[in-house]
Amino acid sequence: MTVIHEMDDTADPKMRARDVSVFYGDKKAIDDVSIDIPTKYVTAFIGPSGCGKSTFLRTLNRMNDTIPSARVEGDIELDGENIYSSGMDVVQLRARVGMVFQKPNPFPKSIYDNIAYGPKIHGIAGSKNELDEVVERSLQRAGLWNEVKDRLGESGTALSGGQQQRLCIARAIAVDPEVILMDEPASALDPIATAKIEELIDELAGRYAIVIVTHSMQQAARVSQRTAFFHLGKMVEYGPTDQIFTNPLEERTKDYITGRYG
Amino acid sequence: MSDPAMTETRQPTRTKAFEKRLKARYAQERRFKVFGLFAILISIAILFVLLGNMTINGIGGFQRAELQVPIDFAQSGLAGDQRSLSQPGAIQTLEMQGLPQIVQFAAEQHIGEAGAQQLSEQAWRDVAASITADPSLINRQETFWLPSSGDLAMGMDGEGSPEMQALASQLESAGVLEKRFDWGFLTRSDATDPQQVGVWGALKGSILTMIITLALAFPVGVLAALYLEEYAPRNRWTDIIEVSINNLAAVPSIIFGLLGLAVFLWIFPNLRSAPLIGGMTLALMTMPVIVISGRNAIKAVPPSIRDGALAIGASPVQVVFHHVLPLALPGILTGTIIGMARALGETAPLLLIGMRAFVATPPDGFTSPATVLPVQIFLWSDEIDRGFIERTSAAIIVLLLFLLVMNALAIYLRNKFEKSW
Repeated sequence: MTVIHEMDDTADPKMRARDVSVFYGDKKAIDDVSIDIPTKYVTAFIGPSGCGKSTFLRTLNRMNDTIPSARVEGDIELDGENIYSSGMDVVQLRARVGMVFQKPNPFPKSIYDNIAYGPKIHGIAGSKNELDEVVERSLQRAGLWNEVKDRLGESGTALSGGQQQRLCIARAIAVDPEVILMDEPASALDPIATAKIEELIDELAGRYAIVIVTHSMQQAARVSQRTAFFHLGKMVEYGPTDQIFTNPLEERTKDYITGRYG
Repeated sequence: MSDPAMTETRQPTRTKAFEKRLKARYAQERRFKVFGLFAILISIAILFVLLGNMTINGIGGFQRAELQVPIDFAQSGLAGDQRSLSQPGAIQTLEMQGLPQIVQFAAEQHIGEAGAQQLSEQAWRDVAASITADPSLINRQETFWLPSSGDLAMGMDGEGSPEMQALASQLESAGVLEKRFDWGFLTRSDATDPQQVGVWGALKGSILTMIITLALAFPVGVLAALYLEEYAPRNRWTDIIEVSINNLAAVPSIIFGLLGLAVFLWIFPNLRSAPLIGGMTLALMTMPVIVISGRNAIKAVPPSIRDGALAIGASPVQVVFHHVLPLALPGILTGTIIGMARALGETAPLLLIGMRAFVATPPDGFTSPATVLPVQIFLWSDEIDRGFIERTSAAIIVLLLFLLVMNALAIYLRNKFEKSW
């Protein structure tokens, strides 16, 4: 494993993973991964199918807790606080580390209620006016406001696939998270919707730490500043995106980038 | 390309054999469609025969033979004012003042002695009920249609003794004996005389019993389903519980009756025949059905919805009550309809806990003695008196209508909660 340590912005990382292994029953899905997620950049996880990149992403907000057989070893810290310690409340963690999934999964509720749900359960917005503001701000940040402002009462599931995915991103940012995890957010979308999602990721990058899992190397190259290459449950290489794609240090990374396998 | 063998190997979908197979495939499809259509037609035909038969037989049960009796109260010597006649004991007062004799006398005047003798013994009660409902009657003349005796009613149907048949046709041609729609059938309770019976007592018993059943089985069933699907760990114990619940749904209903008899009536010995005990017994029977359908409905909620809610920081309880339960509710309601419909038609377990008693007044509440519609039907079908045959069919129609109303309500609720994702 090669980690380039002279990256200026990882001095104070948002999230820090040390020696993380994940087991499903007896099977080891992630083997000894250590990585620093920078605060203001987009980090991409790439790798062939089944390499464990999604599994590792899901450990970052403890979504693996929902799988009874999953077990996590090692430390993962958010702002220096171990997220698997007993002092960390998982509900609070997920409010701080939001997630967007591969398949758009809006709630079968109105567009408004989709966005308002998070702020409501966390008591972020006290009054109806505040809630309206949060909904508008989130939809604007997700670039969806102009398309849906006249039909906030319509069902979120009636939107197109790309709009649904942006609705899910708006839903995630409505609770004002610090980190947004995206699990192949554009893989179910057409090229135009994909381009919109990528633009959106660019715009959100300054405000949130974003971690994106993608099987498209072009996408990783376009949207991310840091790239980690996973293979067979191990993190092979992690560094600035430019470098990973132009001058990888590891042979396996080079083979994957040039399309020799995966 | 001119070589035919070459063409054949290149185009395997254009050979004779292929076309033959294709034809056979289409024929198979047509056959399958015809069989399916045939099966549906048979089910519809059976349903129509059943409903038609019930309607034809039962329609007579809503009617009864009634005699015309005009009574001139002004000359009858009945005394009473607005206030005393609207008090609870008014009917007894009227009886003491000789109302039965007045009715009998008026009937003799109008339809002759032989006809008046065939007036039902309880006929005066109908008159008394009219007076208490409208005390001003006591100063007027009014024409009543009063129930005849069961013998005369049978004579009217061309059964019973020849004398009765003769009397019936004589009174009918005089226009004083008619089959009239009997609204009282829906407001009275059980009686020994088929001319006087009604279904309200049994209907109310059924309603009260169903309320108890729903109130116990629905929350317990839904919570059990939620716990088993969302919280329970997958291990040997939950497997045993699952198998037990599935078996419970298949246990013959009479066993539940024995359980109700042995446990509930042992705890509450004073509540024999009460809708409370009946409802509790039926709830035991209905609950497994709700648990099974509820678990399937909960399983059908896409995991992505759960993930979405968890990922914005909803707690597991919030995920269940804000997302899973609302989406599973239509499916749960479908199971509840099936379970409740089965419970409504159930007779055997209720016989065992004493809901087969002769109950001549509608139950006041959940703890007073009652019977239910299917048991009432069972009891009437056992009666020797031929007048009960049509009444039994009429009660079956009432039961079916109650079932339809209950199901319609549940389907309305289900459609209201149905959402797509």
